Amino acid sequence: MSYTIEGRTGTWEIVVGLEVHAQVISHSKLFSGASTTFGGDPNTQVSLVDAAFPGMLPVINHECVAQAIRTGLGLKAQINLNSRFDRKNYFYADLPQGYQISQFEYPIVGKGTISIELQNGDVREIGVTRLHLEQDAGKLLHDQDPTKSFVDLNRSGVALMEIVSEPDIREPEEAGAYLRKLRQILRYLGTCDGNMEEGSMRADVNVSVRKAGEPFRTRCEIKNVNSIRFVMQAIEVEAARQVEIWENGGEVDQETRLFDPSRGETRTMRSKEDAHDYRYFPDPDLLPLVLEQAWVDELAAQLPELPDAKRARFQAEYGIAFYDAGVLVAEQAVADYYETVARGRDGKLAATWVMGDLFAALNRTGNSIETSPVSAEALGKMLDLIADKTINGKIAKEVFEDMVETGESPDAIVEKKGLRQVTDTGVIDAAISAILDKHADKLAEYRSGKDKLFGFFVGQVMKETKGKANPALVNEALKARLDA
Amino acid sequence: MSLDLATTRRIAKLARIGLEDNELEATRQKLNGILGWIDQLAEVDVTGVPPMVGTETETLRQREDKVTDGNCRDALLACAPETSGPFYTVPKVVE
Repeated sequence: MSYTIEGRTGTWEIVVGLEVHAQVISHSKLFSGASTTFGGDPNTQVSLVDAAFPGMLPVINHECVAQAIRTGLGLKAQINLNSRFDRKNYFYADLPQGYQISQFEYPIVGKGTISIELQNGDVREIGVTRLHLEQDAGKLLHDQDPTKSFVDLNRSGVALMEIVSEPDIREPEEAGAYLRKLRQILRYLGTCDGNMEEGSMRADVNVSVRKAGEPFRTRCEIKNVNSIRFVMQAIEVEAARQVEIWENGGEVDQETRLFDPSRGETRTMRSKEDAHDYRYFPDPDLLPLVLEQAWVDELAAQLPELPDAKRARFQAEYGIAFYDAGVLVAEQAVADYYETVARGRDGKLAATWVMGDLFAALNRTGNSIETSPVSAEALGKMLDLIADKTINGKIAKEVFEDMVETGESPDAIVEKKGLRQVTDTGVIDAAISAILDKHADKLAEYRSGKDKLFGFFVGQVMKETKGKANPALVNEALKARLDA
Repeated sequence: MSLDLATTRRIAKLARIGLEDNELEATRQKLNGILGWIDQLAEVDVTGVPPMVGTETETLRQREDKVTDGNCRDALLACAPETSGPFYTVPKVVE
């Protein structure tokens, strides 16, 4: 355990658990047929169910259930064939029903696990306690009027998965790694887009501190942190605040807090006395959710290859390093691109090009892998030109830059610019003769034992052939001539 | 199970029912009457019996993931006591 806080009374460790709200990808809402599209006109994606008109009954969306099951399977979690919906009661203007339909005692997904990797290469398993389905609330706008709040119910009733971790996290970095990995898995599964800026993934952070070997102390919950960086910062400042309180002989109150990134502090949102009393009870409008094992098996069979499995396969199949494989599987689109380039070719060379020149070009031109000016097929074809010795590695860089600029195929560029590698030994020999004549002094030095000059001659010959000579042939012919 | 006055006041607050102090004791007694009656259920031994959520043997009906509803803003807002443009409005409440 590397992250600790040195206090006056000794060393403290931190204990963190995360509750992540992930918006389910679906066309319509969890219990109504209204659209879930982001950014619609206010209150246009609202049905009578979402606006909680009396007598309206919720009917569950089959696809949202499937998405929760897929996510559970992706987290290697237990799928509960019997689950139930409960009403979580609270009174606020973003929730027209006066209660949120959620799952309390019997969630659809039970214990699972997420394997995270830290900067130093350590791999840790973080337990997932549960995943349940629930409704999102509407949105309030407080800045439109001095005395009124404006209500937009478009988001009201959209399906959320609440994914709760065990209090297994011991470092801010682990919290970041957990969120990144969870987001990666959700994106691979296509169950949540993981977009924290648009709020489709949000985290509540539970933090407490303790001395080594102690049981857990009182925790505070930091609500609705909307970026991974802020989660890590919030943990640091909240843990420091709690250590300060304990060491001054105080007592940490169990409360809900907010993180203010601009001031780098957390502050009270709700104390224990004002804590909500949710009065959960089974929703009488909804029968138990019973799943067929056969359906779960079917969904399991259709699951895409997940990042960990893909990474291991890339290592084995393409002979690339663990680290490189991790970079290439970080996003599914990158992994697909790489695989198209690497399949049937030199996997290591493909990785070098994708992670090197391609990533650099994407960065420089402000593109993502999806909008890459060079398609995977074209880059693959270019590697073929290297493999069949049409061009050498140095010329390939030039061809690639041209591909980025013009979007033309590598063959066309090689023809157009006359970049075809020179393998004609006659031409190479002529170039060598010219260079040896020109640098008779260096030749004498070489022959008197200055071996290091060999590189100089190679460079000159390559220059003479405008970089197009096959380097292996140049080496071979030059060696023969110099040592003659 | 029986309620004291403080709990009665708290339940009223949670239910958003305004109770005067002189109404509290009568409310407490009424609620305790109901609770006492329901407490009779405690006489049944339910050890090892799974909780029953209803008398139905059917399970939850599921609908297809299609957009079939919404786009009725005018009708919705017409029922609201207060609106502004495309929004419902409520007294400002910042949580």
